[in-house]
Amino acid sequence: MDTDSPLIAALARDLDGSFEALVLAHQDRLYSIALRLLGDPRDAEEAAQDAFVRAYRALSGYDHARIRELRLRPWLATIVLNLCRSRLARRPAPGRRALSLDVPLPGDLEPRAEEAHGPVATTVARAAAADWADLLLTLPPAYRSAVVLRHVDGLSYPELAAALDRPEGTVKAQVHRGLALLRTSFEAAQRREREEMTA
Amino acid sequence: MTTDDRDLEAAMAGLMTHAPATLAPGVLAEVGLADRYARFDSPIGPLVVAWNGLGVSTVEAASDDAAFEASHLARTGRPAHRVDRLAERLASAIARRLDGDRRVRIDLDLRGHTDFERDVWQKALEIPRGEVRPYGWVAAEIGRPKAVRAVGTALGHNPVPLIVPCHRVVRTDGSIGQYSLGGPGNKRTILAAEGLDPDAMEAAARAGVRYVGSDTTHIVCLPTCHAAKRITAAHRVPFRSLDRAAAAGYRACRECRPSSGAVAA
Repeated sequence: MDTDSPLIAALARDLDGSFEALVLAHQDRLYSIALRLLGDPRDAEEAAQDAFVRAYRALSGYDHARIRELRLRPWLATIVLNLCRSRLARRPAPGRRALSLDVPLPGDLEPRAEEAHGPVATTVARAAAADWADLLLTLPPAYRSAVVLRHVDGLSYPELAAALDRPEGTVKAQVHRGLALLRTSFEAAQRREREEMTA
Repeated sequence: MTTDDRDLEAAMAGLMTHAPATLAPGVLAEVGLADRYARFDSPIGPLVVAWNGLGVSTVEAASDDAAFEASHLARTGRPAHRVDRLAERLASAIARRLDGDRRVRIDLDLRGHTDFERDVWQKALEIPRGEVRPYGWVAAEIGRPKAVRAVGTALGHNPVPLIVPCHRVVRTDGSIGQYSLGGPGNKRTILAAEGLDPDAMEAAARAGVRYVGSDTTHIVCLPTCHAAKRITAAHRVPFRSLDRAAAAGYRACRECRPSSGAVAA
């Protein structure tokens, strides 16, 4: 399963000689994680760069045995996740978009029960990546992290549990809850769009 | 799993994107596995300054980019990537240091050099702007009084001239001596820009003046010591050697420590 095994062996042998390979192999995922958690490309690049720098410094202090035991994917995910969390904590509070889940919807206009899964599913497929990225940013941070690591980055549940340092059951629940919130949020946005068109 | 779960998951997977091209070079520079470089204007013309997250690694006369990158790689084992300008903080730190402000901190990346070389460069850093010291002085100060030639070689290999002011180390006979950054002409220009008169220095040295004392304090200094420069002409006493100064009742200045690498009469 672990495609990083040769890389880990190389890192243990010659950190300076193989660190670039680590960066090239993992830069897209660390950047994508940061971008989907933070929303801003510059912030995301800084967070990803910082994560690699911290990884390098940590690896410099590890002995061979410790490097060989590393699970690179969740380990790097944890580093970038923590950096994103502290960046989010430093940000000034307001500035949430209009897409917030907290906006009450005039539910009586279009009865929820009549909304079949089919049409939603097809529009889901058509929605632009940018819309999904915006919707993700409206999720509460714990759900956002879980969904991003599981479904954007593609960590397995055991890896996700390691990255978030929580039991597998807990992270599974967070992912499912996050996806459910996303779907609700998406459908609400769709409804608003239709209302605007028919208004 | 329902259909829209799978669609939703596919939509999420579609949010994986490519890192910007600047990310990996930025990481490698920050951890010191690659350098950035930019041009920098100095009193002796355009220079190239290379640095990474550990500090400044190279200062040299500007050449064409490909030649610099090749020589940098050969010398340090690291690739160098050109950027438009020096990092803001670094540029102002270097400017302040060239202006004589020794308090400003400039980190240096001197990996791959010997302890002896680092000792020599560290000692050169202690020489104030507007003053010079002989090679023998540096050798004595670092506890290797016989390694005068090796000191000269180490100064010639200084990878960060101007920042480590190897131009402030001159030959024991008082002549200006060699300079790695574009030759002795540049060394004179830089020393003149720092307030010294290289021609007068050499003329005095040729006349046999190695030390200067004050007949009011009875302290003897190296000629460019800031204390020596304050001695008025009426009280200035030149000496050929410290022995003669000692015989005349003079003691060595504690600032410039002329007895380090002293010349016997």
